[in-house]
Formats: sequence, structure tokens, C-alpha cells
Amino acid sequence: MARAISRDRKIFNTVCAWFVALLIFFPILWMILTSFKSEQDAILSPPVWFWFDWTTENYTEVLNTSSYFLHFTNSIIIAVGSTILGLLIAVPAAWSMAFVPGAKTKDMLMWMLSTKMMPGVAVLVPIYLIFIQLGLLDTRIGLVIVLMLINLPIIVWMLYTYFKEIPGEILEAARMDGATLRSEIIYVLLPMAVPGIASTVLLNIILAWNEAFWTITLTARDAAPLTKFISQYSSPQGLFFAKLSAASVMAVAPILVMGWFSQKQLVRGLTFGAVK
Amino acid sequence: MGQISLDKVTKRFGDVSVIPPLDLRIEEGEFVVFVGPSGCGKSTLLRLIAGLEDVSDGKISIDGKDATGVPPAKRGLAMVFQSYALYPHMTVRKNIAFPLRMAGLSQAEQDKKVNAAAAVLNLSDYMDRKPGQLSGGQRQRVAIGRAIVREPAAFLFDEPLSNLDAALRVNMRLEISELHKSLKTTMIYVTHDQVEAMTMADKIVVLNAGNIEQVGSPLELYKAPRNTFVAGFIGSPKMNLITGPEAAKHNATTIGIRPEHLGVSPTEGLWRGTVGVSEHLGSDTFLRVSGTGLGDSMTVRADGEVNLHYGDTVYLTPDMTKLHRFDAQGLRIA
Repeated sequence: MARAISRDRKIFNTVCAWFVALLIFFPILWMILTSFKSEQDAILSPPVWFWFDWTTENYTEVLNTSSYFLHFTNSIIIAVGSTILGLLIAVPAAWSMAFVPGAKTKDMLMWMLSTKMMPGVAVLVPIYLIFIQLGLLDTRIGLVIVLMLINLPIIVWMLYTYFKEIPGEILEAARMDGATLRSEIIYVLLPMAVPGIASTVLLNIILAWNEAFWTITLTARDAAPLTKFISQYSSPQGLFFAKLSAASVMAVAPILVMGWFSQKQLVRGLTFGAVK
Repeated sequence: MGQISLDKVTKRFGDVSVIPPLDLRIEEGEFVVFVGPSGCGKSTLLRLIAGLEDVSDGKISIDGKDATGVPPAKRGLAMVFQSYALYPHMTVRKNIAFPLRMAGLSQAEQDKKVNAAAAVLNLSDYMDRKPGQLSGGQRQRVAIGRAIVREPAAFLFDEPLSNLDAALRVNMRLEISELHKSLKTTMIYVTHDQVEAMTMADKIVVLNAGNIEQVGSPLELYKAPRNTFVAGFIGSPKMNLITGPEAAKHNATTIGIRPEHLGVSPTEGLWRGTVGVSEHLGSDTFLRVSGTGLGDSMTVRADGEVNLHYGDTVYLTPDMTKLHRFDAQGLRIA
């Protein structure tokens, strides 16, 4: 029997849900509002909410004084590049772990995941030195590699979970039908795992787009993505909250829009396999 | 094309031996059924022939050529799986065409063969549907279609009818038998259902714990089971096996008599007993008779019209010419 929920309880739940949603959304809303204020209005105390002189001058100035499009292009190349490279490595890895597991497969998966628990700063010096040696500092390829490695455990884990849901007999049928390993993966496994792969790609792009520690540390200008672009506005000469907000809005807007349109796919992908 | 031989084939998983050294020869065009209880190794044996499992030892030859280390795709065999294993993202047409596409055939050739297979299997009206939009029987036909377009040396069926309902299973059984008659290709069929084995096979291989207990035609197995395992497994309802003094009278450790070879009378006979559960099938009635003093209750196949009820006293008389005798090892005494 379905659990009965009273009307009062439903209203209470709805109010709570809206409260939590607004709490999470508030910083973004505040950032958007501030980006349309003048610098004076932005630092007023008590703050003004909606009744100020709305202006787009912050956006104009940010666009005129910095190379937004360079950073934007870098962000896209780094996020998409690291995702594609990650998939190229993770698909065969997840395939072997899901369909031809060895005695240590589970341990290896746990070990891969445990690297995500290590603070990035712990390996900053060695990675920085390697980057200097290999001439990768402030290069897009360098960031693509680092972000791919950082997110690889998550990609492998997600793909592994989706692949485990695919009946092994279907792949065996493909083998009996004359498919080589490559054909088996391309024509049978990947099309069947499309929902899972799509959500893995989306999540990885979001993670790579938002990654700030490595992108700020390992870049100067040429390869700097939007995270670096934002950080340039928190300058020691004085804080320009309105311009910082405008820069932030421009940095997060693309990923926010992408996330909004793909939320169904993301949720479906992230809960895939949770209920059989 | 389609002669398969297994020479001392062995399969071990770690220290566990699933198939002890086993020899078997399957002739061209034969319909061979592997039958045995769950876990007897019949599916493993099929997968070894298919190449989906590696043999631990021994040699598998297909048409005289050593195929032991050959990958499944290169063995020229086609397999129909228990779960159908259709590609859910492809239409029926693409499912059936998949092996041809993998073989690199031109689109025109693919279309020709796929349409021919679809016509044979009555699938022409469903060609643009996905497997999810088909019934169980139609899915099974698609799986068979995918197998026949390859024109394989042999077909391997792994319990293909076990997911179908009883009526459909009978239909599909006939369709597969007819397919074998028209294609004349070697077929190896795995089942735990001895009715399927008896009705379809040219040759039955009875397996138990990885060992071949007996190989022979359905009637050979029925008339002359090599041991008590085969005697108990082949035939439905199963053979009555009697041990003790009654068996000793016939110079045997165990004697066996099939339910259809027992005469039943309310007045006279060799063994007296009481009717327990009776199953009326219309054409026949299966009576469980207990209290005969022969150990377990006996099953009797009586006429459908027989007028016997629970608790009635009956007398059973075996047809002595149909009595089977087995020694202490359970082996048939000639």
C-alpha cells in the first residue's frame, strides 16, 4: 500500500523544498544582481536589492579590458578535450573491469576512487616540476592531461556501473556474430550505454569547467580558462565587486545553461542502476 | 560442413573441474541434444564448442580443423541464447543483418539474405520494430533469423525455449525441428527438459556432473538406459527404481520399470498397494501407488478413463519383458 501523505505535510514539504532551493540559488542570484549594479551600489550597506540603477557597464568594461573569448575558448577546449581523452581511456578500462574482471578488479576500482580523496595540493609540487620539465606550463594540452587524470576515476567508475548493467550475453552474441572487439564496443556496447555515457560526459564537462585549483596554478595567460579570468578580478588594488560579479556571471552562464537543459539526462544518468 | 569432435576436452575453473576429460563426435547434419539436470555442465560444454569459454585441456575440431584456440567469430558457428540476446538499439532488420554487416557483405546482399530469412520465419511485418516491441516468440524468431543468415557450419542453441510459455514452447519446438529438416545443418541444442530432448533429437547426450552418462538416439536411451541415472532421467513420468529383495529376485541390485509398463488391476496382481495422488490428463492418468513394500511410492501410467480413487487398493503387475536390471554400480545388466 502506498504511504498516505496528508495535505498539511505536503505543503510543509513543498515549503521546505523551496526554502532549500532558494538558499542554494541565493549566491547565484546575488551575483547576477550585483553584476548589474554600479561599483558604489555594490558595496552599499545595508545592501540594495532590486531598486538600484541597473547598468550593463560592468559587462562592457569586462569585455573591453580582458580577453573573455580567449578564456572562454580555453575553457571549452580544456573541458571538452579532457572529457574526450578521458573517455578514450576509460571506455576500454571500464569494459575490461565490467566484462573480464580479474581477482583485483574491485581493489583497483577502490584504489582509483581513493585518489579522489587525496588533496590536490599534496601533489602540486611534483606536478608543477614535471610541467616545467616537459614545457607544459600554461599550455592547453597540459591542462587537458591534468584534468583528464583528475576526473578519470569518476569516468571509469560511472562507465563501469553502466556497463555492468548490460547483459554479457549480448556482447557474446556479437562475438558469435563475427564482431571483433572493436566492433563489439563500437556497434553494440557504446550504443547501449548511450544514456550513461551522455551523463558521464556532461558531469565531466561540468567538473572540468569548474575546476579552479589546477587551472589557476598551472596557467598564466595563454591557456588560462574562465576560472583564471574570474580570479584576475580579485585584485589586491581593491575589490571591484560589480565587475567581479559580471565576470563570474559570464564564466558560469554557459555551464549553467548546459546544466539546465541537460538536467533530466544528468539525473537519469546519475541514478542509473540504482533501481533495477 | 558441420562435423564437430571433442577430444579429451576438459574445463576447470580454478581447482574445480567442471568438465572432466570428455570425448564426443557430432556428425554432419545431426540434431544433437545435450540434456541433464541444472549444473551438469551442458551449457559450459556448449560454450566451449562456441569458443565463449577456453578449454583447459583437449582439442575441439570443426570439420576436421583444430578450432581449440580459434575465437568465436572465426569458428563459423551461430548461437541462439536463452535470453535471446538481441541488440535492443537495433531494429529487427539490423539485428538480423548484423552478422552479415560484420562479414563485410554489400548492402544488396545483406538485404537479400535478411528478407529471405524474415520470410522463412514470418518476420517480414516486423522488420522496422525494435526488440522491445516484440513478443517473446517473435524475439526468439529474430534470434534464430540472426543465426541462419550466417549460413553457419552448426547452430548452437542454449535453452532457447525456457523463457516462453508452454503453448509457445511446443510451437517453437516444432518450428526448430522443421528448420533443421529444411536446412540440414548440424544443430546442438542444450536443454534440461527431457521432453524437448526426446522429441527433437537425432542423438541425445545425457550429462551428469560434467560426465557423459550415455549417448544415443532417444529410443535407445528409452529402451536401454546404460545406468540408473539415465534410466531415471529419460522418460516422463520417470522410471520406478526398486532395490532390495524384489531386485535380488531378478539377480540385480536395482530393477527399473517404467510407469507405462505396469499393469494395474483392482483385484489381482504381483504387488499390492494403495492409490495416493492421481493426476488426470485426459488421455492418461498417472497414479501414485504407495504401501507396496518396495520402497518409494510407484508411478503408474493408466488409461485416462480408469476409475480408481484416493485410498483404493490396487495390484500392480510389471511387464517382465520391459524390466531393466542394474548392478551395484548402477550399470545396466544385459
